[in-house]
Amino acid sequence: MAPVSGGGPVALSPLFASYRLDSSFDEMFDADGQARAPYRALLARLIDLPIEDMRRRQREADAAFLQQGITFTVYGDKGGTERVFPYDLLPRILTNAEWERISRGLSQRLLALNLFLRDIYGEGRILAEGIVPRELVVTAQHYRREMRGLYHRQDVRISVAGTDLVRLPDGSFAVLEDNLRVPSGVSYMLTNRQITKRVFPQLFTDYEIQPIDHYAQALLATLRSLAPNQHSSPTIVVLTPGVFNSAYFEHAFLARQMGVELVEGRDLLVHDNIVYMRTTGGLRRVDVIYRRVDDDFLDPLAFRRDSALGVAGLFNAYRAGSVAMANAIGTGVADDKAVYAYVPAIIKFYLGEEPILPNVETYLLGNDADRAYALEHLGELVVKAVGESGGYGMLIGPHSTSAEREEFRRRIVANPRNYIAQPTLALSRCPSFLDDGIEPRHVDLRPYVLCNGEECTVVPGGLTRVALKRGSLVVNSSQGGGSKDTWVLAE
Amino acid sequence: MLSRVADSFYWMRRYLERAEHSARVLDVHLSLSLDDPTDAVGRTLLSAVGETPIDVGVEASDVVPREATGRIDPGHRKAVVGFVVGARENARQIREHISSDMWEQLNSMYLALRDIGAEDDTDSSSFLRSVIEGTHLFHGVAEATLSHGEGWHFMQLGRYIERATTTATMLEDYFGERGNTTLDVQDAGEYVEWVGLLRACAAFEAYCRANTADVQPQRLAEFLLLNAECPRSVRFAADRIEDSLRAIARGLGRQATGRPERFAGRLRAALNFGTIDEILEDSLMRYVESIRRQCDQIHAALNQTYISYTIETAIAR
Repeated sequence: MAPVSGGGPVALSPLFASYRLDSSFDEMFDADGQARAPYRALLARLIDLPIEDMRRRQREADAAFLQQGITFTVYGDKGGTERVFPYDLLPRILTNAEWERISRGLSQRLLALNLFLRDIYGEGRILAEGIVPRELVVTAQHYRREMRGLYHRQDVRISVAGTDLVRLPDGSFAVLEDNLRVPSGVSYMLTNRQITKRVFPQLFTDYEIQPIDHYAQALLATLRSLAPNQHSSPTIVVLTPGVFNSAYFEHAFLARQMGVELVEGRDLLVHDNIVYMRTTGGLRRVDVIYRRVDDDFLDPLAFRRDSALGVAGLFNAYRAGSVAMANAIGTGVADDKAVYAYVPAIIKFYLGEEPILPNVETYLLGNDADRAYALEHLGELVVKAVGESGGYGMLIGPHSTSAEREEFRRRIVANPRNYIAQPTLALSRCPSFLDDGIEPRHVDLRPYVLCNGEECTVVPGGLTRVALKRGSLVVNSSQGGGSKDTWVLAE
Repeated sequence: MLSRVADSFYWMRRYLERAEHSARVLDVHLSLSLDDPTDAVGRTLLSAVGETPIDVGVEASDVVPREATGRIDPGHRKAVVGFVVGARENARQIREHISSDMWEQLNSMYLALRDIGAEDDTDSSSFLRSVIEGTHLFHGVAEATLSHGEGWHFMQLGRYIERATTTATMLEDYFGERGNTTLDVQDAGEYVEWVGLLRACAAFEAYCRANTADVQPQRLAEFLLLNAECPRSVRFAADRIEDSLRAIARGLGRQATGRPERFAGRLRAALNFGTIDEILEDSLMRYVESIRRQCDQIHAALNQTYISYTIETAIAR
């Protein structure tokens, strides 16, 4: 626990007075308290700044978010309150070499996962060969039996992914989870950059940063490539659950950026297996749906019957191949946290390659040996429910009470298949500006991957989420996390 | 434009028109009840507010005015706030389509009313004033910041269909209570009542300029029905309704010969070429009742053509 102020230029600035290093990887400083190369110019800027100046910029940024209505809704609060996603002034910087590896690793992973989904809903080679246990796949919460044996022209099952990466104490990146259903947050990646440019333009003169503004165009191109009828110019829509959804801002944002219609389930109807949207000028045929509604709620005839968000008959239209969807139905089986443990094997099976980005060590509590170990060591592990996301249904061992551990022990024993355990990771830390100075906070990284079949595009950047509470490891926006701009340097 | 979006434009404006109208009626009622505790006029006016087709949780019994207290009934306050809430909910659905200035104006109006509404003892008059002013402000902001395209015209339709309907309803209630024959002002009390009707329609000053302050029920009916220039007259509203329907059809490349345009054209012609003598000769009551029915027809035809058409008609089109 060497205090940074023990040496180097940091001692000069009161901003860093309470900055302490610990065993986790620090994005800005090496173990001796010296700034890493990409952060040196940033540090030089910060050292000269009075704290009042930082506060003013932070206030400007907060006001800009509020004015532009860049908010999300928190469930559970009375009436669904709109909140601003906290924004952290200081950017996170990645070198081109680091990014190169991340980008190749993600492309490899998504390519393999797309092949995996096509395989398990079709031929099932990987199951027949016993690489991934059949039982594990068909019992996954998000496995869609309805997709079995479905001939479909849409080969790309995952068009948009938001994979969560963490940086381990040795500085290497590992995949924490794959978000393959309706990953959100990309609008924050884009708006964070705009806001940083506005409130801290000086920083941009010191660096050559790869642009991310073309994300919406790349997304539009990806969606276009899915269109069942390639002759005419396809009609693309963004399907949102509606204004009360936590990510509504993002849905509206993306529709606006792409210049396509933002629709709700009640705007669509299906007739003779063709999907139409209802406009004042009559019915208009829809070719591609970028849907931000979960599988369960898409079609009350095929899935949950109580869904008021979906479109009756949509699944049949999809089966008939008259409409394409991003992402396809049933992709959630591949981001099941138990299937996750097999992704390295999946990559080897389909591509014959070693995974470029490793997984985090994972105990499958459905396995007797793993379960025995995990129940012994609940206080050190993180336990997660396999079908959950967004930081819900989790036990963080070192921060838990004995009552919580007992509760999870009971749940695990009752339904072992439903849980996995992972060692508590020391996520890397990045400097964050808090009202009285700069302190390190834990971060993760969610880059957004777009796949069109042959290749994947990863827009250079991503959403760096920050656990703003001191010592906290949970970065989810629903659990008090914030985010910061993420830079990938050109060279 | 998505049908749902057009529908929200329509209802956003229609709710606001209703909020403004109700506030104005309550304001007149408030001042009349201070003159005359029995307040027969106020009661007639209020029945027009009470018979709102939208359920805002106000019981008919709430609508009977209390003794003159200088305050409006909490049930009425709730109804007016309910209309503003209805407008805001529709605006929230189409925030991407209206200008941010419009949203901010409507939202701050809602927040202000909600706060006033929380304290029961506050000044009723300033509550009503802020509803009326807020609506005017919203209209001005929309006029200046929103493109005058399809959405704008759906707003115009909501506004003027509501206005034509309420003006017709008020005339119906007013003349209905007095019978078709008593068309002479008998005494000062009655004079005040007729002026109340004009003020509730925001048309007193315009009437005086056209007819002097000599308030004759016959003139009054003529003015509120057939005047081409007063923005509160039924004819003025019918002109705007037809204009907007034509503009929408033109924008969509349709022939303006559909059912909505036909109904609206018929109403416009009747009001443009009719005279008050003919109307009175037959029956004023029947006339205003038919106006109300025609407004409902236009609303229904609008809905069937643009908003909730059946699949069969859409495929056949």
